[in-house]
Amino acid sequence: MTAMSDKAYMVPNPPTPNKAVEFNPEICIGCNLCVDVCPTDVMMPNPEKKQPPIVVYPEECWYCGGCVEECPRPGAITMLHPTQQRISVNWKHKDTSELFRLGMKNTPPPNTRLPVG
Amino acid sequence: MSTWHDYVQRNGALPEWPYPVNYGKVNEVVSDVLVIGGGVAGLQAAINAARMGTKVAVLERGHAKRSGSGGAGVDHWHGAVTNPCSKVTPEMYTQACYDSMQGWTGGHVRYIITKESWDTLLDCEKMGVQIRDAKDEFKGADFRDEKTKLMFAYDYKNRHIIRVWGYNIKVKLYEEAKRVGVNIYNRVMPTCLLTTGGKQGAKVVGATAVNTRTGEFYVFRAKATVIATGGVGRLFDFAPEVTASSSMGDLNAAGVGEAIGWNAGAEFVCMEKTSPGRLAGYAYAPYSMANAHNTYHGTPIVDANGKEVPWDDAFNRPIKKIQGRFLPSEGQDFILGEGIGISYYLEQYRNNGLIHDLPERIREGEFKLPLYADLTRLPEVERRSIFGMMVGNEGKTRIPIYDTMTKAGFDPDKDLFQAPVMPLEGYNHSNFWAAGINTPPTIRSLAGGGFLVDWNQRTNLKGLYIGAGGNLFGGGCHGESHTTGRYAGRHAAEYAKTAPEPVADKQQVEAEKTRAYSALKQGKEGNGWKEINAAIARIMRDYCGQYKNEQTLNLGLRLLNELKTTELASAYASNPHELGRLLECHSLITVGELVIKASLERKASNSILDFHRLDYPAMNPPEWNKLLPIRQEDNKVSVRELPLDFHLKAPYASSYEENYQKHCVK
Repeated sequence: MTAMSDKAYMVPNPPTPNKAVEFNPEICIGCNLCVDVCPTDVMMPNPEKKQPPIVVYPEECWYCGGCVEECPRPGAITMLHPTQQRISVNWKHKDTSELFRLGMKNTPPPNTRLPVG
Repeated sequence: MSTWHDYVQRNGALPEWPYPVNYGKVNEVVSDVLVIGGGVAGLQAAINAARMGTKVAVLERGHAKRSGSGGAGVDHWHGAVTNPCSKVTPEMYTQACYDSMQGWTGGHVRYIITKESWDTLLDCEKMGVQIRDAKDEFKGADFRDEKTKLMFAYDYKNRHIIRVWGYNIKVKLYEEAKRVGVNIYNRVMPTCLLTTGGKQGAKVVGATAVNTRTGEFYVFRAKATVIATGGVGRLFDFAPEVTASSSMGDLNAAGVGEAIGWNAGAEFVCMEKTSPGRLAGYAYAPYSMANAHNTYHGTPIVDANGKEVPWDDAFNRPIKKIQGRFLPSEGQDFILGEGIGISYYLEQYRNNGLIHDLPERIREGEFKLPLYADLTRLPEVERRSIFGMMVGNEGKTRIPIYDTMTKAGFDPDKDLFQAPVMPLEGYNHSNFWAAGINTPPTIRSLAGGGFLVDWNQRTNLKGLYIGAGGNLFGGGCHGESHTTGRYAGRHAAEYAKTAPEPVADKQQVEAEKTRAYSALKQGKEGNGWKEINAAIARIMRDYCGQYKNEQTLNLGLRLLNELKTTELASAYASNPHELGRLLECHSLITVGELVIKASLERKASNSILDFHRLDYPAMNPPEWNKLLPIRQEDNKVSVRELPLDFHLKAPYASSYEENYQKHCVK
């Protein structure tokens, strides 16, 4: 389905920031542990059981990442910095001067080293 | 797939409120000790009170497992001067804080913090927080002690600041609180302190609150109460769509503790002290861009051509070797360290940093923008310690920065990451991600004022203790919140042991219940909480900004009252969440009034307070070198005078240690 074939509704503009967090419905089991710990109730349980929570108040997120840490299924939830912050996180390879940024289209392979060990 | 908009458009209907709503239902909770605020300070207070055998209830706005300014983690622990490797004494450290602030910080609270900081950290270790390099990952590093396996930050010679793996510190505190039987009430918003007979200035016997998911009302009765709430982030600025709440506090930091304390008759000092709102969130995501400060201290900064920016010591003398960035220089006994709630540093305690004239040297063409952090220039242990150990454990870095950047491919062994590109004044300070130049100059933040407490961390009110960072005069940041929380918890428990049963005043409870629910009874045409909050912030920016006089301050008071009696009085809440945020607006107005009233009382300008009275322009007149404790009595302002060093004068002993030993309750 695309917006071209969807019915149009009167809805308020998309919020700013748009999402704050994003769920992968293939991985998320709707356990709502992230909902339980969020300090500001950014998201709420989905009325449909086992479905990902609904992001209701994205502008109240302070980007602590606690929801991601709490999640028992890695990859089910991703914390997204607001676009205007993400766009400024840039780096370059020291050797080649090739430029990268957070949120770029063709991302390089991840650096899999953990913060400890 | 996860937004409200998507849900509504797919289902053609609004999702119903997911929690049972029971406005008006009253829950009574009776305990020996009530802790208001379940952040790191509050949970420490609760744990320590419970360990002394008292029954403890915690009232928490979010969920205590991860909430609060300190809930997101910590990477280095300040003032641990009694650790076995430290060359600094509690007296030296306290004096350094006190002298740097020229007396405008609570020396007694600083001493308590310094005496117990290391003990507090050891206690956290017992709860499961890693504080040593047990796996020898950093063996041989010059910031590591081989015997204790402790690792140090900033000052590798004096070894009083400890690097810690604290990303999970809040979770560990939460588990410990549960283990020792603390009853935690999550999602409740305090609305007032209960006092004997409902009288201002009387003994505190608990609090009322509203649950922001169910709308239910709570009456907490307790023999002793600890306020352990956070700062007042939304007072001068409200633009969460742009600022992501703010760098160092979430939206729940709305001054609720201060507001209920002020209304109950508690005494405050230095509420007139403000600073530029550098951390309001207008700059960049915390720790997300190249800089050489705090967690990133020592990071090599290079220009677009790879030319390295040199470092200066505190006296603006060049530092030649990388090792010198982590050592005190000639004329310094030790480096105090940043992030301890101190807004000024005497040179003899100030940290090393990038060259002081970097903006001029960029302008003259010596360094070409953009600048980059080149961690590859550091020895492997230092690089790994900064981007890995520290960025990875500091608050808001494990998921937001380490996880996010490495998943996107960033590798500190091979990549340079960029500093903000900004007007040159932004490069004045080594913390580029939070460069003050990004924040509108009208935006201020409260900076160091708060509840006035005695050597027991008790307020002027019987039964009311304070343990926190942001709202305690003499408090600090993360570690300081743990330690003051712990101390306040012990004292509250000690008092509760012999205090009589708490009796709540029925009239006060009923009046508070009516007030708390008023926003649910208005017409839906009223304003929402965001509009009100933005108006409060506008009043504070305009009438209580950096420059003020009697007229502007009084106009500000008038407008806050206007807002309270018109727009806020007719504001509407459509669910318990909005009700909580609207009640916070009431708190913000109360704190705004407190700040303006405190500002009216100080009829002199003062540089350390960054306080500028246009009608009293002479800076620092000696006759005003005193604290002005302020409280309410019969809803009227009452002010007295207190010397800056009151904590070492009668009725107290003249030495820090003697006072501490007399009051510490081991």
